[in-house]
Amino acid sequence: MTFSITLTVNGTPHHLALDDLRVTLLDLLRDRLGLTGTKKGCDRGQCGACTVLVNGRRLNACLALAAQQDGAEITTIEGLAPEGRLHPLQAAFLEHDAFQCGYCTPGQIMSAAGLIAEGADGADIERIREGMSGNLCRCGAYRGIARAVAAAAQSENGETEA
Amino acid sequence: MPDDIAPTRHQRLGSNAGDPHSRLDGIAKITGAARYAADNAPAGLLWAVIAGAPVARGRVARLDTAAALAHPGVTHVITPENRPALHKDPDLRAALFDWKLDLLQDDRIRYAGAPMALVLAETAEAAAEGARLLAPEIEADPARIGFGDGLAFAAETVGIGAPPATAVGDVEAGFAAAAQVTEVEIETPPQYHNAMEPHAIVAQWQGERLVIDTPNQAIVMSRPSFAAYFGIPPENVHIRSPYLGGGFGSKAILNPAQILACLAARETGRPVKLVLSRAQMYGPTGHRGATRQSLRLGVDAAGRLTALSHHAVSATSSFDDFLEPAANAALNTYACPAISVSHSGSRWDIGTPGPMRAPGEATGSAALECAMDEAAHAAGLDPLDFRLRNYAETDPATGRAYSSKALRECYALGAERFGWKTRPMQPGQMRDARGRLLGWGMGTSLFPAPMFQAEARATLRADGSAVVETAASDMGQGAWTALAQIAAEGLGLDLAQVEFRSGDSELPDAGVAGGSGHTATAGSALYSAGRDVIAQLTALATADPASPLHGAGNRAVVAADGWLRIEGEDHRRESYAAILARAGRDALTGRGKGARDPAHAEARAMFSHGAVFAEVAVDPALLQIRVTRLTGAFAAGRIINPKLAESQLLGGMIWGLGFALQEEALHDRRSGRLLNADLAGYHVPVNADLAEIEALTVHEEDRFVNPLGVKGVGELGITGTAGAIANAVWHATGRRVRRFPIHPEDLA
Ligand code: FES
Ligand code: FES
Repeated sequence: MTFSITLTVNGTPHHLALDDLRVTLLDLLRDRLGLTGTKKGCDRGQCGACTVLVNGRRLNACLALAAQQDGAEITTIEGLAPEGRLHPLQAAFLEHDAFQCGYCTPGQIMSAAGLIAEGADGADIERIREGMSGNLCRCGAYRGIARAVAAAAQSENGETEA
Repeated sequence: MPDDIAPTRHQRLGSNAGDPHSRLDGIAKITGAARYAADNAPAGLLWAVIAGAPVARGRVARLDTAAALAHPGVTHVITPENRPALHKDPDLRAALFDWKLDLLQDDRIRYAGAPMALVLAETAEAAAEGARLLAPEIEADPARIGFGDGLAFAAETVGIGAPPATAVGDVEAGFAAAAQVTEVEIETPPQYHNAMEPHAIVAQWQGERLVIDTPNQAIVMSRPSFAAYFGIPPENVHIRSPYLGGGFGSKAILNPAQILACLAARETGRPVKLVLSRAQMYGPTGHRGATRQSLRLGVDAAGRLTALSHHAVSATSSFDDFLEPAANAALNTYACPAISVSHSGSRWDIGTPGPMRAPGEATGSAALECAMDEAAHAAGLDPLDFRLRNYAETDPATGRAYSSKALRECYALGAERFGWKTRPMQPGQMRDARGRLLGWGMGTSLFPAPMFQAEARATLRADGSAVVETAASDMGQGAWTALAQIAAEGLGLDLAQVEFRSGDSELPDAGVAGGSGHTATAGSALYSAGRDVIAQLTALATADPASPLHGAGNRAVVAADGWLRIEGEDHRRESYAAILARAGRDALTGRGKGARDPAHAEARAMFSHGAVFAEVAVDPALLQIRVTRLTGAFAAGRIINPKLAESQLLGGMIWGLGFALQEEALHDRRSGRLLNADLAGYHVPVNADLAEIEALTVHEEDRFVNPLGVKGVGELGITGTAGAIANAVWHATGRRVRRFPIHPEDLA
């Protein structure tokens, strides 16, 4: 049995014949589309490593079945910035050393992009910490993450960086 | 608040080392391009899933392999009945870093999650479903878990081959001479590494060669361990481990999934990918074993320790022997004329524990720092004052001088930054604006500064740039960056001129990324490889009449920015490229080794130190505990990259916070299964658990640890922090909690 869906991933439309309805959005991205930047940390919606934007909102891709995403627009870490360029969040993560092993990092960055788009950050560090708490980082890069998100949020709001 | 405080000024020492350079692997990590083991998908891949035991003790009576095999996509089911032979007995420990493994050798179950079968399929989904369809019938025996139910035994060794007991001086006489004796019992629970990257392997055979993508903390050293199971020479094992998504000790020791995947790949003739689920990381991949520690501290009227005894019962598995060396913390931290430390074991039906970030030091220092706090209070002394009175000027265990020790400076800097001097002596005296009880506590951080063995190669190329090579592991500590900086310094080149190749077992052995000794060891090898290149280059130039450096004689030749020049005669210089060109060489290769000078190792005690100050706020109604401030000040020799070192120290302190308030594996007493084998039930710190946190460093010149003066920072931050937080909880509430993690209900 196959099931056809259309997904737009990082601006590119994909017409996909799913041979298995159990495939999650995360496994579809990683194993069938080769977009391995999105990581699997738990497969249970508990760590945030798999965060992507679906129609502009952040989502744990491990909790979504691919078959349910027909017609969705999906942005992954690979599509956050044009090829060869860095998104302000990516640049801020590098500057603030907001990661160590890097495994949670794509999820952190996509989650931060969603957070800023939600307008929920207010460039307030407390709210950023709260809003980023669905993304675990076992290396403990939290201070850098909060600072990077604040810096990127400020620069997106047209304010000058501290 | 620290978010506004400018970073500490750091000394830049030389051309590259000391520079807070951003991570060289950073772009790959923030764009998703960094390829971790599970991101590899060679053509023709089979997916493997382990079916793990649902109870902790018993035997597998039946598996429905037919049902699994009947599922579309499932190709093989490997059980003890058909498991192909291995060249080595998995219950034999051939080397120091070998753990006994459960590799389907029989139907016994020794811990929950131990492999019962391996299912192979064309897709991940089919393999997972196949494993579920095995529907095991189990003959279960009662699980022996917990210090009450475990089997006590005398320890032969603790940690990796260390003696189980050590005594210095006459402890009984010391207690007899004490004006007060403080006795403390503290328990620490099983904790799990929980690296964000689950253990993963992609294994493929090319004839008699085994090619493996897997995160590994000891890339070259692991080759013989793999090879032994398959009867092939170690050189036939090629391990690729460019990025590790965290390790913390769990990726230094082989785990059953790795060997089973290699075996399945050989059996099927296809590449096999095996990725553990999060739940499967609670059992076969090591953990920090539980401890029950008893401490006695004798203190005289002047507030000086007269005797210190520290005993730890450490939990291990029913079949292997790794014991958390917790009590050794008492050996090296505080001056005391009589110290006795000892360990014993308790066998539980669990997976074998192993090294987890600061193994022994984390658990031991948590207990010791709590005991020191109690003793200080009993003596009517401020906790910092008490520690200063018992400051060790020489190593208490050996009497040796320290290679360097700026702990006093750490105490002073941390206390000043934190505002410690206004701390009231009695608990329960401070409240914040929201009416929460505030408490301040402190702890001393201590971690050894070991070195292992490493080798490196540096090759200068015709254009004056260089390639440097060693099989280092970067699990987030920053090896890709800090080691490249050291290599560049050895070569007298700018960092941009140096290409660093690492993370692959075909390169020279960089030793283990563990014990916080990787930068010191692999860095020393890289540095000396660079110096070897410079020595050869200097010989070429000074012997050549056409070179401006000709006849330099005994005058020093300096290598910097790609030029050799004679010191004090700056016009007598020549570029590396020009020297090579005239000599007709298109490359020049140097080699280096990293290891400790045995004479210094004999004569000196070598440790990194620090002081951690914590503030907690406790809601008087809910008893919820929040860490509102954490300030650490650390001395760890010369800091190669302050930006990355700060991240390491902060990460360690955050582990200390998790240790103090969150992390604990809970077992169902009947089945022995873990009740919280996931990231929703096993709590690790999240971003909102952090308020203000800072890690400061104090520079140390150390000419004994190694020529670079480098110690380590990877594990230091967790020590001291857990105790500091527990002591702050007491200072807020007046409650001494004897068990980690501290729960709100413990304060009721
Ligand atoms: S992998 Fe999706 S939340 Fe952890
Ligand atoms: S950077 Fe390692 S888990 Fe976040």
